[in-house]
Amino acid sequence: MDLTIRILEINLTAKQVKVIERADLSPYLGGVGLAGKLFTEYVHYNQEALDPSQPVVLACGPLSTIFPMATKAVAVFRSPLTGAWGESYAGMRIALAMRMSGYQAIIIHGRAERPTYLVIGTKGVQFRDASALWGLPTDETGRILRQLVPGRGFRSCLRIGPAGESMIAFANVNVDTYRHFGRLGLGAVFGSKLLKSVVVYGDRGESIPDFKRYREIYDQIYQAAVNTDMMGKYHGLGTSVNVALLNSMGALPTRNLKQSSFENVANISGEAFARDSLVRKVACSGCPVGCIHIGLRRRLFGPEYEYESAYLAYDHELIYALGSQLGVSKQEQIYDLIEKVELAGMDAISAGVLLAWLTEAQEQGLVTEKELGVKLSFGSTDQYLKVLDQIIKQPNELYRLLARGTYHTAEVLGGRAYALAPGKLEMAGYHTGYANLVGLSLGARHSHLDNAGYSIDQKAARFNYSHDRVIDELIAEEKWRNVLNSLCICLFAREIYTSKTICTALASVGINMTAEDLDSLGNKIFTLKNQARTSLGFNPDGIHFADRFFETTAMAQELDRDTLVRLVKAYQAKTGL
Amino acid sequence: MPGILHANQMKKCIGCYSCMLACARNIRKNFSPHQSAIQIRSVGGLQSRLAADICRGCKEPPCAAACYCGALTPRPEGGVRYSAKKCLGCGDCVDACIAGVIRFDTEQNSPIICIQCGICTKYCPHEVLSME
Repeated sequence: MDLTIRILEINLTAKQVKVIERADLSPYLGGVGLAGKLFTEYVHYNQEALDPSQPVVLACGPLSTIFPMATKAVAVFRSPLTGAWGESYAGMRIALAMRMSGYQAIIIHGRAERPTYLVIGTKGVQFRDASALWGLPTDETGRILRQLVPGRGFRSCLRIGPAGESMIAFANVNVDTYRHFGRLGLGAVFGSKLLKSVVVYGDRGESIPDFKRYREIYDQIYQAAVNTDMMGKYHGLGTSVNVALLNSMGALPTRNLKQSSFENVANISGEAFARDSLVRKVACSGCPVGCIHIGLRRRLFGPEYEYESAYLAYDHELIYALGSQLGVSKQEQIYDLIEKVELAGMDAISAGVLLAWLTEAQEQGLVTEKELGVKLSFGSTDQYLKVLDQIIKQPNELYRLLARGTYHTAEVLGGRAYALAPGKLEMAGYHTGYANLVGLSLGARHSHLDNAGYSIDQKAARFNYSHDRVIDELIAEEKWRNVLNSLCICLFAREIYTSKTICTALASVGINMTAEDLDSLGNKIFTLKNQARTSLGFNPDGIHFADRFFETTAMAQELDRDTLVRLVKAYQAKTGL
Repeated sequence: MPGILHANQMKKCIGCYSCMLACARNIRKNFSPHQSAIQIRSVGGLQSRLAADICRGCKEPPCAAACYCGALTPRPEGGVRYSAKKCLGCGDCVDACIAGVIRFDTEQNSPIICIQCGICTKYCPHEVLSME
């Protein structure tokens, strides 16, 4: 296999489609490398995120689907939430569908005249009227499209819900019900383009160039995934195992990080969910692990034993953002909040942190009951559900502001001291220490997954790392993850996909890279992202750290603002940011 | 492997497609799960259950009966053996299959048909599939 780079470019305004061959981009391999580079060619730096001219770039990689856990695709876009670099990953069927449709990357720009959905596959591209679907939640949208589009079993349905249609800055794109392009507001970008859905189907074949060699490395990786303990955590309890663990370490953000452990954690731990409501697990296509945990929420909706059921995916981030961070301690209530954000098509983490901020802001008198329509208190799930509905409807100025996310709202109304959005993106479910905060604020997509600062904090505590080492590890990890993300390998499999394994896998399909080549690629992408986000307006000197981070201990350690600022400066010095 | 393929534990299926990938790569030397004889599908979206469209391993296989060139011959335990050399690509076996699980690959001009080899059972992480 030569590394083919076949790109589909779709102009929604002109309803035009182009296929572009870019052999010159093969050094980027695929994924975030390819999508990032294309993004820099198509983005309009002087236009805001929701301008019609802005591109969305989707990409998968050369190992997609044909190796275990190489299940993701990346979306690169200008984030309406931060104004800067947008990068998000999703699995389920998207990588399979893209690979088997024959496109390594898909670029969508422009704006449709009316609500539209795209059908992309081996029979070309169709622009279809989605006006009958506009306004529908994500689940019903998916159900209808399944009936209308070919490719059952080999297709992926990316769709927005009402949140994306309202261009809420933290709206997401649902992928095949149980996965999402979650963070940084891709849903709003779709909504601004009147793009309700993109369905990709892939039913072509692809012959294997060197069967023996391929099978050998496939089997090695498969065995490591299934017959060793390496993926045990994800398969067993799933990431929700972290809820009780982080709690015991004093690192679980609770009640808008007023606390770093939750007295009611036993009701909402991963163990509790598994015991009380877990019904099955599902996997992304090509992953034998099956980390998606699905629980049952039975709900009495009327007298005479009228029950309905919802099957909802849960994981650590959801239990944190819609549980401990809101002081919610009942599984059913967390499920209700999950269902609300899922159907609306909203990022759960951002929604939860925003609600947490709002609870405190109302306590502090920044927001009145009249404007909000409800009186919030930590744990008031019914009121939270009402607020989420109103964020979509945006009936007044306050709600229009809330739809822009926590950072912007606090900039306007005050309450920055407890607005937990380093880098303008709401924080994930860890308060472990300095590495976490540096990682969130300086990582390219402001995600804990950029560089796993939360993990480095734990190692730093155990092995007494110097601050210098912490920064070096953050940078090295982010550079390495650029490699994994160019191949769209699920980060859960990062311990299996070592440099050596990756080189062997690539070689088996005719792509020859050395470990040095991979490192060099990771570095190249790191630089590309830094240049791009600086051009998009990211300013590391302007990063705001809420006082709250220093008021609540992280793993029993009191954090100090000066130390954090010093670490940020050290990071900047080492990277030229 | 002796016996015929069973998918009796589908409630445990996680929809990972490892079985389809194994069939496609080993039997048709192809990366694409579209080239797999076993096909996993959701019954109505991923919130519903998963089902496996598999060869039923008929003792008197109608597909073999329909084959006039000897490419499909019955196995003693059920199901068929397939000889690519003898196959003329007529597609009659596809229509003959009662369960509708034989598909036709127009590019290779051959049926995508289960040969009861059991390789899929070796790549199921949940032991959903078995040869019995």
